[in-house]
Amino acid sequence: MTVYKWTAAEVARKVIDKEELFILDVRNHDAFEDWKIEGHKFEYLNIPYFELIDGVEEILPKLPTDKEVLVVCAKEGSSVMVAEMLSEAGREVAYLEGGMKSWSSYLEPIKVSDLENGGEIYQFVRLGKGCLSYMVISEGEAAIIDAVRFTDVFTNFAKEKGVEIKHVFDTHLHADHISGGRHIAAATGATYYLPPKDATEVVFDYTPLTDGLNIKIGASQIDVNAFYSPGHTIGSTSFIIDNQFLLTGDILFIDSIGRPDLAGLAEDWVDDLRETLYSRYRELAEDLVVLPAHFMIIDELNEDGTVARRLGDLFKENHGLNIEDEDEFRRTVTDHLPPQPNAYQQIRQVNMGKITPDNDEQTEMEIGPNRCAVR
Amino acid sequence: MIKANLQLDAKGLACPMPIVKTKKAITDLEEGQVLEVQATDKGSKADLAAWASSVGHQYLGTVEEGDVFYHYIRKGSSEPEVEKTFEHTVSLNEIESRDGLILDVREEAEYAFGHIEGAKSIPLGELESRLEELNKEQEIYVVCRTGKRSDMAAQILAKNGFTKVYNVLPGMTEWNGKLTKEV
Repeated sequence: MTVYKWTAAEVARKVIDKEELFILDVRNHDAFEDWKIEGHKFEYLNIPYFELIDGVEEILPKLPTDKEVLVVCAKEGSSVMVAEMLSEAGREVAYLEGGMKSWSSYLEPIKVSDLENGGEIYQFVRLGKGCLSYMVISEGEAAIIDAVRFTDVFTNFAKEKGVEIKHVFDTHLHADHISGGRHIAAATGATYYLPPKDATEVVFDYTPLTDGLNIKIGASQIDVNAFYSPGHTIGSTSFIIDNQFLLTGDILFIDSIGRPDLAGLAEDWVDDLRETLYSRYRELAEDLVVLPAHFMIIDELNEDGTVARRLGDLFKENHGLNIEDEDEFRRTVTDHLPPQPNAYQQIRQVNMGKITPDNDEQTEMEIGPNRCAVR
Repeated sequence: MIKANLQLDAKGLACPMPIVKTKKAITDLEEGQVLEVQATDKGSKADLAAWASSVGHQYLGTVEEGDVFYHYIRKGSSEPEVEKTFEHTVSLNEIESRDGLILDVREEAEYAFGHIEGAKSIPLGELESRLEELNKEQEIYVVCRTGKRSDMAAQILAKNGFTKVYNVLPGMTEWNGKLTKEV
């Protein structure tokens, strides 16, 4: 039987289209428990490849014949071996090109909405890591917010759309993934903005992203307004775009809120987080659509694959916005936090420009699930 | 350098090859012998440890030198557990407070990845040829991983005229105290 090779893009389509898929994950159990390819209708079997070296007969009865089967491993090699063995045993299976490494890097650009006068806003969904980046385009110009490190994806997308990248923003100093922001800016001549309160230790030049900063994109003058909203970090800044969208960075997510502890200052920042979520955001129009910098679970995806929800709905539904008691809130965001993201301290150092690991090392640092939130 | 009975060069090979080769190489070893696997694949550490425990081998540890990982695995036993016959025993949590010599008869590689502070290393296979290193007047507490090798070692010592010999039970698998490493 034929062995098929699927790309991360093809798997992403199946996630977004809520298709069925059977995943035979041949990484070891710890790695599988830590993170895997999440899909609404995916089923899983986890058997480490080293238990299959002598043959796959024992697992054949466990693999469906009426459903597509995808073999997945860390980097590809073991999944090819297992897929070929299954093929020799008469099964039609596919393997994931580049393994979980490529899954962790893949970005799916999805249009969120049209903006006034022909503008558009795109969300880049990094399904394997839960990161969300944004591009606002309007008549020849573009702004990017919270770009991940795969800079080609953004520069190529801009080229395809025939727009020039003029402004690149990071809402805060990221701790869970490596920013591509300043590299995109360097490659395109765009201005790179970072909140100065998060940038006290950075070793490169940047333009301060401060409260009230207003940028107009393209001839149609799409409005990008910065709005100081500390709590996840002391510099965390949100954006209101075209008076329709609220980009919350890592402060507010769909089903959770930001955690204040990744710079080691949870106790200091918890009051800021409270103030942002319970006072500053409350003053905004409830019809704004929240576009966060992360999602945690696949259920947060909308029908079209985007991650977006009306602010007013989040005030009703998001548990983190409904903790009346301040002490209880403090406890929620400082005690019993989920494990900190993989290599988060090194990642902060990379984002400050203090260390410059090679591409493989960056991949290693970013591997694993996203853990920026408190539910 | 940690002592191993066999070296396997799996440098430059990507997953799954380091494990495929290890699996093959370990069949050439006797039970209880140690294999050194040299690999550059970063995933090899977690995978070898998981593989070893799934098939009953003992993953001892890994030393990193530059880009190379040196993994150490001791071949497991397929023999059923034998009855321990040496009559003088001492409990593991007592030996630190006693005054004699802790004699660790595991392989050097096992000893290197963690032993009780002050313990002397003589692997079981070398014991008969190294008896002169031991003092017959001193109490000797013989320890290994599970109590099996130390039982045999205690019998060898008794046969050679050592009278103050105790087998330590249980073995290092149950040791919760401080571990000294030589790696």
